[in-house]
Amino acid sequence: MKRYIHLALFLSTATLLTNVACAQELTGTLKKIKDSGNIALGHRESSIPFSYYDDKQQVVGYSQELMLKVVDALKAELKLPALQTKLVPVTSQNRIPLVQNGTVDIECGSTTNNTERQKQVAFSNSIFAIGTRLLTRKDSGVRDFADLAGRNVVTTAGTTSERLIRKMNDDKKLNMSIISAKDHGESFLTLETGRAVAFMMDDALLYGELAKAKKPGDWIVTGTPQSLEAYGCMLRKDDAAFKKIVDAALAKAMTSGEAEKIYKKWFQSPIPPKGLNLNFPMSDDVAKLYKSPNDKAYD
Amino acid sequence: MGYHWNWQIFLSATPSGGDTYLGWMLAGLKMTVALSLAAWVLALLVGALMGVLRTVPSKALQRLAGAYVELFRNIPLLVQLFLWYFVLPELLPTAWGNAYKQINPVLQQFLAAWICLGLFTSARVCEQVRAGIESLPPGQKNAGLALGLTLPQTYRHVMLPMAARLVVPPLTSEFLNIFKNSAVCSTIGLLELAAQGRQLVDYTAQPYESFIAVTLMYVLINVVVMTLMHHVETHTRVPGYIGKR
Repeated sequence: MKRYIHLALFLSTATLLTNVACAQELTGTLKKIKDSGNIALGHRESSIPFSYYDDKQQVVGYSQELMLKVVDALKAELKLPALQTKLVPVTSQNRIPLVQNGTVDIECGSTTNNTERQKQVAFSNSIFAIGTRLLTRKDSGVRDFADLAGRNVVTTAGTTSERLIRKMNDDKKLNMSIISAKDHGESFLTLETGRAVAFMMDDALLYGELAKAKKPGDWIVTGTPQSLEAYGCMLRKDDAAFKKIVDAALAKAMTSGEAEKIYKKWFQSPIPPKGLNLNFPMSDDVAKLYKSPNDKAYD
Repeated sequence: MGYHWNWQIFLSATPSGGDTYLGWMLAGLKMTVALSLAAWVLALLVGALMGVLRTVPSKALQRLAGAYVELFRNIPLLVQLFLWYFVLPELLPTAWGNAYKQINPVLQQFLAAWICLGLFTSARVCEQVRAGIESLPPGQKNAGLALGLTLPQTYRHVMLPMAARLVVPPLTSEFLNIFKNSAVCSTIGLLELAAQGRQLVDYTAQPYESFIAVTLMYVLINVVVMTLMHHVETHTRVPGYIGKR
C-alpha cells in the first residue's frame, strides 16, 4: 500500500512538473530571440521624426525610442539582460517582406496599420495617429487637393498616400502627374528643386521633412486630411505571445506618461539634424491613444 | 515559411488606373524595351564615331575620344544617372532650369535615362569598335589609300564593313547589358519593368510572384535579343574570314 502511495505521489508530482515545463515552452519570435540571443529591429532611414539617421549616423526618433522600451520589456520578460539588438534599415517597399521572412522581428517606424496589411502582418498597439496632407511652398497657390489639378505632385513609393493620390487622380479626373520617389528624403528633394508643386504624405512626416529645408519658413503643411491613419509596430502574424509582450510594453509607456515625454522630446523640442523644433502639438487622436492604447486600424 | 502563394494577383484589378497588375507589368516591359532600344541607337551612333576617332592619324582627335571613353567608363552608372537627372537642371540658367522642370515628369525621367544609358554604353561600344578596327590587317587601310580613296572613304567602304562583322559578338553582349542596366533607371522614378515589379510588391504584398514575373520578362527579352543577333551574325559573316566556315 505504502509503495502504491509513493508511486502515486511520484507520478502526480512528475505530471505537475511536466505541465509547468510545458507552460515555459517558447514559440515563434520569442523562441527565436531566446535561442539566438539577439533581436532584429527594423528602422527607417529618413522618416523624421519617427525613425531616422541623425547627423552622426545613429538611429534616433520617436518610434525608435518606443521600440527600445519594448526591447527593455523583452529583456525583463525573457530574463536576457544581455540581449543583443541588430538594427536593420528598411524601406517602405521592403518592410513587409522582411518582417514576413524573419529578417526583421519587429519594425517601429511610420508604418500605417490598415486592414489590408493585417492580412500579411500583425500590428502592435498604435503608437501614433496622422492625417495625410500636402507640403507646399507658401507662395505656390496650392491650399487644398483640388488646387493640384493638372500639376506635378510627388509622393513616396509604397505608401498609403501613393494609393490615395492615384485613386483621387482617377476618380476626380484631376490630371495630375504623380512622381513616386524612393523615400521621403528624395520626395522632398523633388519638391524643393521645383519638379513638383506639392508633396503628399502623413502630416507628421511632412513636418519632419520641413525640418530639413534650407528655409523652413517658406513651407506649409496644408489641405484637408484625405485619411486618418494609425501607426503601429509591425510583427509577424499569428504570434500572440510576442504581440502580448510588445502591446503590454507600449501600453505601459503610454499610460504611465513616458510616451508623452518622448512625444515632447521629438515633436516639441529641437531635434537633429538641424536642431529645428517641429512645434507639432499633440492631436486629440494621439491623446486618445495614450489614454486607451489599442491596435485598431482606422479603416 | 508561412507565405501564401497567389498567382491570381496578375489578373486582379489595380486600385487605380482601371488596369490589371499584369497590365502594369506589360507597361513596364514596354517602357524598358523603348528606353533600351532608343539608348542602343544613341550608343551605336556615338560609340562608332568615337571608336573611329580613336584610330585616326590625328593625335588630338585620338586623345579627345580617349578622354570621352575614360570619363564615361569610370563614373558608375547610377552616379551618372543622378547627375543627368538631378544636377543638370540645376546647372542650367534659372529660367531654363525651371521651365525644364515643369515639363511632364515621365518625359524628364525618360530623357535623363536615355542620355545616361546611351552615353554610358557608347563608351564601351567605342572600345569594341576600336578593337575591331585595330584587329584588321594594316594592309587593308594602306590598300584603300593606295587605290586613291580618301581616309573617310577607306573607313566607309573597306575598314568599317569588316570591323563591324568582327565585333558582332561583343556588341551582342553590350546590347544585352543595356537592357539589364535600364533597371537602374528605376531609381529616378521611371516606371520601367523593375520599378513596376516593386510597385506590384507594394500594392499586393506578394514579392515572390512579382519578382519571378519580372525575371521571366527579362529572360524573354534576352532570348529575343540573342536570337536576333545570332541571325545578324550568320547572315552578315564573310565566309572563310574568321576561323571556321
